[in-house]
Amino acid sequence: MKAISIHNISKSYNGTKALDNISFDVQRGQLFGLIGPDGAGKSTLFRILTTLLLADEGEAFVDGLHVVNQYQEIRKRVGYMPGRFSLYQDLSVEENLSFFATIFGTTIEENYDLVKDIYVQIEPFKKRLAGKLSGGMKQKLALSCALIHKPTVLFLDEPTTGVDAVSRKEFWDMLKSLKEKNIAILVSTPYMDEATLCDEIALIQEGRILKIDEPQNMMERFDKPLFAVKTNSTYQLLKHLRLKPYTHSVLPFGECLHLITSEVLSAANIQEQLKSEGFTDVEVFDIKASIEDVFLDLSLKNEKYA
Amino acid sequence: MRNDKVIQVEALTKQFGDFKAVDHISFHVEKGEIFGFLGANGAGKTTAMRMLTGLSKPSSGKGTVAGFDVLKESERIKERIGYMSQKFSLYEDLTVKENIRFYGGIYGLSKNQIEIKTSQILQELNLSEVGSKLVRSLPLGWKQRLAFAVSMVHDPEIVFLDEPTGGVDPNVRRQFWEAIYQAAELGRTIFVTTHYMDEAEYCDRVSIMVSGKIEALDTPDNLKETFKAESMDEVFLKLAR
Repeated sequence: MKAISIHNISKSYNGTKALDNISFDVQRGQLFGLIGPDGAGKSTLFRILTTLLLADEGEAFVDGLHVVNQYQEIRKRVGYMPGRFSLYQDLSVEENLSFFATIFGTTIEENYDLVKDIYVQIEPFKKRLAGKLSGGMKQKLALSCALIHKPTVLFLDEPTTGVDAVSRKEFWDMLKSLKEKNIAILVSTPYMDEATLCDEIALIQEGRILKIDEPQNMMERFDKPLFAVKTNSTYQLLKHLRLKPYTHSVLPFGECLHLITSEVLSAANIQEQLKSEGFTDVEVFDIKASIEDVFLDLSLKNEKYA
Repeated sequence: MRNDKVIQVEALTKQFGDFKAVDHISFHVEKGEIFGFLGANGAGKTTAMRMLTGLSKPSSGKGTVAGFDVLKESERIKERIGYMSQKFSLYEDLTVKENIRFYGGIYGLSKNQIEIKTSQILQELNLSEVGSKLVRSLPLGWKQRLAFAVSMVHDPEIVFLDEPTGGVDPNVRRQFWEAIYQAAELGRTIFVTTHYMDEAEYCDRVSIMVSGKIEALDTPDNLKETFKAESMDEVFLKLAR
């Protein structure tokens, strides 16, 4: 049985389509990533799946249960960590956890095994008020609270937003071990670099899914000539490359520019040309696409700027 | 006295009781440089930046920002710097023009100067048609570039960008970095804090703070070489763990 099954879900707010015909499945024990920027519709989809919001069109099932007709049963079985910090700021760490356990009719002791690995990291601070925790610790507490009733499906809406790189890394390690316990996890993130940590991903923008695949496949199947171009005068080169007839797109990518060409050229060839045009320190390499390259390319295709 | 070092600090320290939030940091930033100021949550970035922007008095150490003394001339510093963050930037319920007028007024520009600035910003950002629209109605990317332009309405020597681009569209983020490149090319100094390590790679040089100290400072290339890392993310993890 599929853990999550979504069929043609659409939702509008005052005429604006927040979700436009979304369909995908998440399997048990799978870590599925919903990758997209703010305003893509990620949170709306989470609210529909956790039975907090009704879709305009389409159907969805969580753990085999219908999100509208069987919402009460779903609520008992899912764990949900909303984007905004959802804990009680004026309760202590321990009180928050025992509160969530109690409303689901269980106790911390009963399901301690499941949260142990995460909770031990914040247990030394269990008397501290949740509002006084650091970002990384809040996140661990919120995950513990979402897990304490032993859910079969876990919904994590941007769990790593605003959290530093070290805590982000630890968080993804925790998700990996949860997945091995056969929990299905749907996680959303605006960080493209986190996409590769998922088993399967959907790239989403402005309520539409651009692509669904395993991240590895998505990167390997990118079929356009892609180059990294490096120079000390990045901005000049960017403006220069924009005007070249062979340029399909060129975008800043950290210390490099990523260039997609519309004709087949070799890196050496491009490098020679640019050198002769005055960029004496320029270096051009063939590169493999990252998820961000894929996303940018697909979103350019769908360009619909206001 | 002018020099090409827009920020220069030595042994800058901020102590709260026994706790040294910022512990003897020394560095400089040159004119026209894009300088990345990195660190984990709680490393002391915000405290350091508050001292550099004249909002908090150092416990010890010395330095200058935009040519003014961080200990004695914090009010002058505030006049000569720009500031933008993701959280605090524009008034959503004012129009584009009203926002420019408001910030221009805050920084003491004359009516005439404000008018010139307004048409300049609207033209450069291609916003002429939406000048009388509420900021709330603009797409995020436009708002961000407008906020950046507004932070420079008084032609500051240096602009502090406090985690400016979190969570936004990869396309929008790139447009924003292009605006930053453009400002730097015109000689503006850019000081960016971020905890997105991939953004660090856009900077000319970056510093990494760990527990109140600057543990590394160099170009992204050199840092990756020194720490034998593939990416700035790796550099950061090696340092911060």
